[in-house]
Amino acid sequence: MNRLSTGGQIDRTTQLRFTFDGQPYHGHAGDTLASALLANGVRLMGRSFKYHRPRGVLSAGSEEPNALVQLRKGGRQEPNTRATVAELFNGLEAASQNAWPSLKLDALAINDRLSNFLTAGFYYKTFMWPAAFWEKLYEPIIRRAAGLGSISTDPDPDSYDKGFLHCDLLVIGAGPAGLAAALTAGRAGARVILADEDFRMGGRLNAETHGLGDQSCADWAAGAVAELASLPNVRLLGRTTVLGAFDHGIYAAVERVADHLAEPAPGKPRQILWRIYSKRAVLCAGAIDRPISFANNDRPGIMLAGAMRAYVNRWAVTPAQTVAIFTNNDDGHRTARDLLAQGVDVAAIVDTRVDAPACDGVQVLAGAQVVDSAGRLGLKSVTVRQASGQEHRLRIGALGVSGGWNPNVALSSHQRGRPEWNEAIAAFVPGGILPQGMRVAGAAAGRFSTQGALETGAGAAIQALSDLGKTVQAPDFPMAEDGATRITPFWHVGGTKARAWLDFQNDVTVKDVTLAHQEGFRAVEHLKRYTTLGMATDQGKTSNLGGLAVMAELTGQSIAQTGTTMFRPPYTPVAMGALAGRSVGRDFRPTRLTPSHIWAVEQGATFVEVGMWLRAQYFPRADESDWRQSVDREVRATRGSVGVCDVTTLGKIDVQGRDAAAFLNRIYCNGFAKLAVGRVRYGLMLREDGIAMDDGTAARMAEDHFVVTTTTANAVSVFRHMEFARQCLWPDMDVQLISTTEAWAQFAVAGPKSRALLQKIVDPEFDLSNDGFPFMACGEITVCGGCPARLFRISFSGELAYEIAVPTRYGDALMRRLMDAGREFDVTPYGTEALGVMRIEKGHAAGNELNGQTTALNLGMGRMVSDKKDSIGAVLSRREGLQDENGLRLVGFLPKNPQERVIAGAHLLDRGAAPRAANDLGYVTSACYSPTLDSYIAIGFLKSGETRLGDVVRAASPLTGQDTEVTVVSPHFVDPKGERLRA
Amino acid sequence: MHDLAPLTALGSSAPQSDTIGPVTITENPDMALVSVAARLGQDAACTTALARILGTSAPDVAQFVQGPTLAAFWSAPHCWMVTGPDDPQSDLSTRLKADLPHMASVTDQSGGWVRFDMQGDGLGALFERLCNLDMARMAQGGARRTVIDHLGCFVLCHGGGVTVYGPRSGARSLHDALITAARSVF
Amino acid sequence: MIINHPLLGPCDAQEFTYLGDARLIDRPDGMADGAEDVFYDYAYLRDNPAGQHRELWFHEAGDRSWLVITRNTLTHEIISVELARDVARKQGRSL
Repeated sequence: MNRLSTGGQIDRTTQLRFTFDGQPYHGHAGDTLASALLANGVRLMGRSFKYHRPRGVLSAGSEEPNALVQLRKGGRQEPNTRATVAELFNGLEAASQNAWPSLKLDALAINDRLSNFLTAGFYYKTFMWPAAFWEKLYEPIIRRAAGLGSISTDPDPDSYDKGFLHCDLLVIGAGPAGLAAALTAGRAGARVILADEDFRMGGRLNAETHGLGDQSCADWAAGAVAELASLPNVRLLGRTTVLGAFDHGIYAAVERVADHLAEPAPGKPRQILWRIYSKRAVLCAGAIDRPISFANNDRPGIMLAGAMRAYVNRWAVTPAQTVAIFTNNDDGHRTARDLLAQGVDVAAIVDTRVDAPACDGVQVLAGAQVVDSAGRLGLKSVTVRQASGQEHRLRIGALGVSGGWNPNVALSSHQRGRPEWNEAIAAFVPGGILPQGMRVAGAAAGRFSTQGALETGAGAAIQALSDLGKTVQAPDFPMAEDGATRITPFWHVGGTKARAWLDFQNDVTVKDVTLAHQEGFRAVEHLKRYTTLGMATDQGKTSNLGGLAVMAELTGQSIAQTGTTMFRPPYTPVAMGALAGRSVGRDFRPTRLTPSHIWAVEQGATFVEVGMWLRAQYFPRADESDWRQSVDREVRATRGSVGVCDVTTLGKIDVQGRDAAAFLNRIYCNGFAKLAVGRVRYGLMLREDGIAMDDGTAARMAEDHFVVTTTTANAVSVFRHMEFARQCLWPDMDVQLISTTEAWAQFAVAGPKSRALLQKIVDPEFDLSNDGFPFMACGEITVCGGCPARLFRISFSGELAYEIAVPTRYGDALMRRLMDAGREFDVTPYGTEALGVMRIEKGHAAGNELNGQTTALNLGMGRMVSDKKDSIGAVLSRREGLQDENGLRLVGFLPKNPQERVIAGAHLLDRGAAPRAANDLGYVTSACYSPTLDSYIAIGFLKSGETRLGDVVRAASPLTGQDTEVTVVSPHFVDPKGERLRA
Repeated sequence: MHDLAPLTALGSSAPQSDTIGPVTITENPDMALVSVAARLGQDAACTTALARILGTSAPDVAQFVQGPTLAAFWSAPHCWMVTGPDDPQSDLSTRLKADLPHMASVTDQSGGWVRFDMQGDGLGALFERLCNLDMARMAQGGARRTVIDHLGCFVLCHGGGVTVYGPRSGARSLHDALITAARSVF
Repeated sequence: MIINHPLLGPCDAQEFTYLGDARLIDRPDGMADGAEDVFYDYAYLRDNPAGQHRELWFHEAGDRSWLVITRNTLTHEIISVELARDVARKQGRSL
């Protein structure tokens, strides 16, 4: 069909089968989907976003706005893939999108007829009234029509890696400038990474026909890549797009490891998201062809002239048998010459310049313009208006349009750089403040000739290495073409009422920009948002400048004055999977397992996630069908005899040093200086603003050694806080902090029989009697015949209770031993639910109460805040606003009907008061069913709570509609005098 | 001697070893690990004493050193981790406490960590997928704390390969991350 | 961002936890007269300049040093990095 008989960097011996919209085709290794479709005579590849206009390829690279296709099926189905960069593989299934029922006969093409209504600002103007229509009518309609392609609802079967790379010099783009930079630095021994988005390195060298020395430029590129591949200090990252330039030499890049395969090899990732740490970088991202707008310039077959040349030279494909060129610069002529050389019939070069040069073998229409095109599903002809004003039609199958080249400045302005206008090439070049350590070379810097690219690439590498203290000579590169850029800017053909496209993907036309101007949206950022110019998935790579130029013309400003919109990462769209990496599903974050985890699994425990920890929630028995049955049983068994719970997850911090006690005295609001060795004390930490931060216990193991516990959730932040105090506030205190959360397996052994159980395990030389080891005692002991252990007589449940810790590796064995030894007491393991029930029954504050809004006073611990010493948060806790006598106080609540559930989060109201903020008396923080009281119970904060004991208030939840009458009681439902824990 | 049977961090009685491509990843539960934090102003004394105990100079910032029986690495300013064969008869932390009187805060960390010893060619390529350390520049004798699979880990480079210490409770996740990355690379 | 740690050299800012204005080092004496007003300033009145700023960062995933980093909040240029403990001592903090 349209495959030329010779040339191209394709492997004609390899036939690849693929389908497009179900139709089978053949291509070759080295093809993109776009080149293969063109070779098969397929010009129509998609429908536009808004008007559903038929579209074909515009470009030959990642800037493609039109040829968006859906690849693959099932979980791997991926919409919006640019056919121009989709590497062909055997069995590829591609489909068009945004068309129904078919690409050729698309129902929503009706939008094209309605274009007078669907202009810029359409949404803002049309869907305003009536407001009630929005949710039910407008939005569903818009949502159905909006979006490109469809995503699979199946899980993505592929995996994605993330990784980190380090280099002296990152070279972005492997065209002539990039290859020159990489060779210069690589030969000098520097650590170089050369990244290129294409699957074949060489950039434009693969798409041009001129020589480099005595080689073709493509052969020279292949040789350079081979040399680079042989250097151990150079890393080649093909199929890798550098997505963004971040602070201090950090770049993000996505490597498409397996997108050119039917599916990734087992265990291998589909893509890798690299974080690249570079000392210096050279941006050699080349330049992007830009179109000229004219009426109906969006038909399949109308494409960028540079792309047309690439298809002919690199892929040996002509988009049609007869073509024409529409240009405002000499580069259009180059395309015509290359096409002629390959035997393609070039009908004419339509050159807007009156002084257009001649071109051998083809008619040049100087001072002429293409004013319209025809062909419903593909270009059939264009109308040319000659300098004389005379119009005639050219019957062609493809038109190559060359409006000049835009240096690809995107990455250069990801930080604070704003491109500068360069009159000589009529384009923006990198300017302002570039990302730290970045230089720009070659076409990206506005040096469009191959010789210029080689020179600036090598020069940038030499300068970069010189920054790093390395002196390097410029390599001796062969001579290459060094043609000047000759262009007379020409942006759009005026004098037409028909639509002339600027942004193909978002269907933005010259008329839309004119309307934006009329309606006052003239600043570029306003223009962009009002018209959606440049807001599509291609981010306006081929369209932004055209839009700016039209706006400049309308405002009478220069393009330089008009300026560009902000470039932001990512450079091209990224799969969400690549951003997630391995952190998906169960691997979203690591799982921390308690020392008794394996044992708990054997018991059939139900687990709950607490941060990263997986904790046993409760231990259901065969005859229990409801979680409450299990939890009630665990609570009753613990309060009735003895229960064991793994509490390893509590944070543990070893505080040592001469000043350890003085240090804790400042960290906790209550006193610690006088705590005796072998004793434990409850401690409350405040934030400096006087709000409670965390609580726990501190056990004095020796004069200069404490073991501090934190809540599970705050283990990390408390450690950070204590390090802050140690390093920044009191740097000369002799205190050392070590986190030992993981080093000890710790179990709560609670209940009236806990002592009896422990006496069977703790070695006999240690006295566990109430006198020998009283409430709040601690000590280092041994268990089971000499295993080192720590014992703390502390109680969260309110029962006689201990916490016993052994080195983590013995935790599993200790749990089993406790269960064996406790059989005679009917020992019961309990989980976090029973733990929670018992602490609510006892009225102990936990995370729900230490919620970042409450003070010691609110918590009923106001008197703990010592005024005899300076401690963090003490001063501000005494502020007037936090000392309100009528403020919130922690109290308990009993529903009038014991079987009526009270829910945490309910707000407290007086009887008869309307549920309004003004009547709010506080809120319920924790609630549960208490098997001990045979009633639902709750604790929470009530205004002047301590004076309202016995009152009846309402716990109301407008969210759930519950409204329960509750009696205000002490929060200590069980053993308020604390006799059990001292028994 | 007590009769509680230890479990490895991966939850078995015997350490696990996996070979993937050229790399072998082995859990090593037989090493004691003790943190030594110099008391205020005792930095120099501590460094000297450590050198005597280790039989080689104490590790400098971000360094790992191997002595005749004990090894050590720098973990934080004025703070080191000392590691050696786990000997129930002669507890390493007890010995260090005795050898560093009034000089240092000594804390047994053996139970807190899982240790994976990794050997073979291509460890550099493997670690590119695991953490942001520049392994090519770390070479032998480097020790850094870093993040692998969201977990704070120590990575030590030495003659025998690379050792990773990770939080014990996350041992399975960490092991899974190492294995998955190795399968991905090799 | 890359933070040039005084001991460890260049480190990725991802390894750090941010706190804010380095004036948090200058904690007033809680036992002094009029402490409440001074603490109010200390806890609430901090600068957040567009430009050069001295900030506290914690090397959470590294050596757990608190650092004082002088940084331009507009350009992210890092002008200096010091161990907070040294800064605190220089500012006269001790016990």
